[in-house]
Amino acid sequence: MHRTGELYGQFKTLEQQKDTATLGMWIFLVTEVMFFGGIMLAYTLNRHVYFHAFAAGSNTLSLQLGGFNTVVLLASSFTMAMAVWSAQTGKKQLISVFLTLTILLGFVFFGVKYVEYGQKFHHHLVPGKSFDIFYCVDNPTKCEDVSAEELTTEREELEKARAADPDLNAHAQLYYSAYFGMTGLHALHMVIGAGLLLWLLKNSLAGLYSPRWNTPVDMVGLYWHFVDIVWIYLFPLLYLIDRHK
Amino acid sequence: MSEHEPTEHIVSPGVYLTIILTLLVLTGVTVWAAYVNLHQFNIVVALAIATVKATLVVLFFMHAKYVPKRTQLVIFAGIFWLGLLLFMTMSDYISRVDYRGIRFPFT
Amino acid sequence: MRAEPHYPEKNYLNETYGIRSWLLTTDHKRIGLLYLASVTFFFFIGGFFAMLIRLHLMTPSGYILTPDTYNRMFTMHGVAMIFFFLIPSIPAVLGNFLIPLMIGAKDLAFPKINLLSWYVYVVGAAFTLYSMVNGGLDTGWTFYTPLSTVYSNSAVAPAVVGIFITGFSSILTGLNFLVTIHTMRAPGMSWFRLPLFVWTHYATAVVMILGTPVVAITLALAGMERLFGLGFFNPAMGGDPILFQHLFWFYSHPAVYIMILPSMGVISELIPTFARKKLFGYSFVAAASLAIAVIGFLVWTHHMFLTGQSTYAALAFSFLTFLVAVPSAVKVFNWTATLFGGSISFDTPMLYAFGFLGLFLIGGLTGLFLGCLGTDIHIHDTYFVVAHFHYIMVGGAVMGYLGGLHFWWPKMVGRMYPEWLARAAAIILFVGFNLTFFPQFILGYLGMPRRYHTYPPEFQIYNVMSTAGASILAVGYLLPMIYLVWAAFYGKVAGDNPWPATGLEWLTTSPPPTENFHVTPEVTWEPYDFHNRPDLGLDVPAGKPGKLSPSPAHGDD
Repeated sequence: MHRTGELYGQFKTLEQQKDTATLGMWIFLVTEVMFFGGIMLAYTLNRHVYFHAFAAGSNTLSLQLGGFNTVVLLASSFTMAMAVWSAQTGKKQLISVFLTLTILLGFVFFGVKYVEYGQKFHHHLVPGKSFDIFYCVDNPTKCEDVSAEELTTEREELEKARAADPDLNAHAQLYYSAYFGMTGLHALHMVIGAGLLLWLLKNSLAGLYSPRWNTPVDMVGLYWHFVDIVWIYLFPLLYLIDRHK
Repeated sequence: MSEHEPTEHIVSPGVYLTIILTLLVLTGVTVWAAYVNLHQFNIVVALAIATVKATLVVLFFMHAKYVPKRTQLVIFAGIFWLGLLLFMTMSDYISRVDYRGIRFPFT
Repeated sequence: MRAEPHYPEKNYLNETYGIRSWLLTTDHKRIGLLYLASVTFFFFIGGFFAMLIRLHLMTPSGYILTPDTYNRMFTMHGVAMIFFFLIPSIPAVLGNFLIPLMIGAKDLAFPKINLLSWYVYVVGAAFTLYSMVNGGLDTGWTFYTPLSTVYSNSAVAPAVVGIFITGFSSILTGLNFLVTIHTMRAPGMSWFRLPLFVWTHYATAVVMILGTPVVAITLALAGMERLFGLGFFNPAMGGDPILFQHLFWFYSHPAVYIMILPSMGVISELIPTFARKKLFGYSFVAAASLAIAVIGFLVWTHHMFLTGQSTYAALAFSFLTFLVAVPSAVKVFNWTATLFGGSISFDTPMLYAFGFLGLFLIGGLTGLFLGCLGTDIHIHDTYFVVAHFHYIMVGGAVMGYLGGLHFWWPKMVGRMYPEWLARAAAIILFVGFNLTFFPQFILGYLGMPRRYHTYPPEFQIYNVMSTAGASILAVGYLLPMIYLVWAAFYGKVAGDNPWPATGLEWLTTSPPPTENFHVTPEVTWEPYDFHNRPDLGLDVPAGKPGKLSPSPAHGDD
């Protein structure tokens, strides 16, 4: 990557260089759309076919944590856009401020995800041999973080679901495959994004970005917004199935 | 050769602020709508709101409203192709007479 | 009549020396050669497996391989040839080398990403080689589940990881081409002055961008199912193996267009050059390339007609499959029309082009038998399919690749290959190819299934013919590998434009300087316009239409 905003050998103007980079980044994002699209297809088919299992799975997710994370990511998109604006208008210190905020929000997101994933492991909700969606209702003492009242509702709903789908446990595993697959892939993309943001921050603290040249900030911004958009879809698809009971 | 400054449309913080507030409101609406029993339309509403949010991010945060037509075509092609993948594959499943005993909406 | 051919003292090959200058190069021409080495290596590997298959199939009960090993042979033949040879071949070797030259640019838009794409290919290849060396794969190159994800006892995971990684090489190459063609054209090089080689690589890049990520996620999910027990494709957990097939073929059908479109681009360069006539219907051929790329995404379930898919879907996809043949037919008609009234010479690249025309025609037409629902019931999963795709892949794609390699070899190395030996090799290859694969159409029609290690004794005669053909085909492949390398060091100096041909790449020296052109060209002529190019030294009145007299031969005739 060029550090001082000079022209590369094969370009004739800075404008051509920026246009080229932007087109390249958008094409890359299109590949990301198709990449996530594949697992979206797997989700779509299985949600249709095993609706009860998917609803049961979805209802074990914490709406508070998921909603909070959604707000965090949306805010990080705002701060990212502001970082680009700061670069475009020459407010060099602000670039670093907004980049830092974006990174911090990203880490908050990771923290919440860590808590959520931890819960899933604890409650035997990870696909594999020990997967058991009935684990908490059958062993209330092992799931202290779930209140007795919640457990009663959960047991009721799970029994109803199992009446509709005798193989509920096996099919719920498919929900969790989708959950871990989609959120895991998303988290991986966020980790890469966080890495890129840290690199941007390092450069921005060194005063590298200006109205004349801020392409890397812009490009990483596009990537970060894309990752936010993925979550915008993941939140209702994973957390909000059949919540209205 | 000359290297004049790249001309770009700079979106104002005011616009960004409006967008983020809209996005937060829409998030709230999504959660609220999830608790209303709309039967099979719950998913439609949820996806519609998500699409509005995504569109706002693409148009304003990602500046898609201000990029050349060629880039807009790239964006449209990506979304269209995702649609191809989802709709054409599901068209096989939903037009089957019997798929694991499931009755799809159109069978 | 023409000046003595000149070999430039300083060019991209000798400007810098040492292994670091090659392994850390960002010059698209050197990267093209790096890819040439890698894909040739995998061609040998795939060829080795093919040899074992054909030797084994000489006898009905097969003495050479156990059934399990036979499964591994055809699987690894497919994996090596498709993912590591065919898909990169023309784009990564010829495309990388030529596209900046053809559009008048100094390099691709993202030279470092170009180098990265090669390293990504190498890493993916390493994983796959690891799999091959550790017992290989026995799932078929199609990795159908749940065999690949649950029941197979072969080294599936490293191969899946390897192909996943190599997919990104394809994506990066496609990205680079798309952006380059959009933003890096020389002054005067408008879209409709581009050589068709560039158009087809544009179309190929579109397919790479939109399709490859889907196979990436598919293999990732299959890998995760194998390693971590995710259940999307496993019926025991409520998953659906057909979902895997949908996801897999959504890419793998367009992948075959990644393999053939670049070859069509080569043919579109060869035929006008050796007929000394403008390509007939340039804009139709350009549009047809894009049409193939787009419609090619709409036909994938024709690989799944017998899986229990809905009849309505099958009808729609069958119709679309017939539709995708139309733009290919348009191209074949236009190439043929270009020949009519042309001044044809039978140089080696032209021999490959003729081979392409006939063999691609047969391969393409037999695809229609397969796309027709009724006949597919009988010939699906038989040798008819095997013959069909080898006619396209070898008779089409590889012929184009070899024709292109010969055509541009003088540009790449500055020296000519031995013409008569090359013509002989082309003919040997053509004969060997047909002897190998035509009997397989008959075998398939008679009912011999593919991927079986034994067959009824009455089929032996065709299998023996096929194996005999394969040995001739091997000679046809080995000869160019030897004489092209020889020619790079000892061939006759070629000069800037030995053929002569009309592209921008022929306006610079052979080999070109690192920066491609000493002065950025400005394009004021239409493509393939032999009449308005007095610099080519062809005996034709300027600007007047009509048959050209054959130009004096070139090279070492």
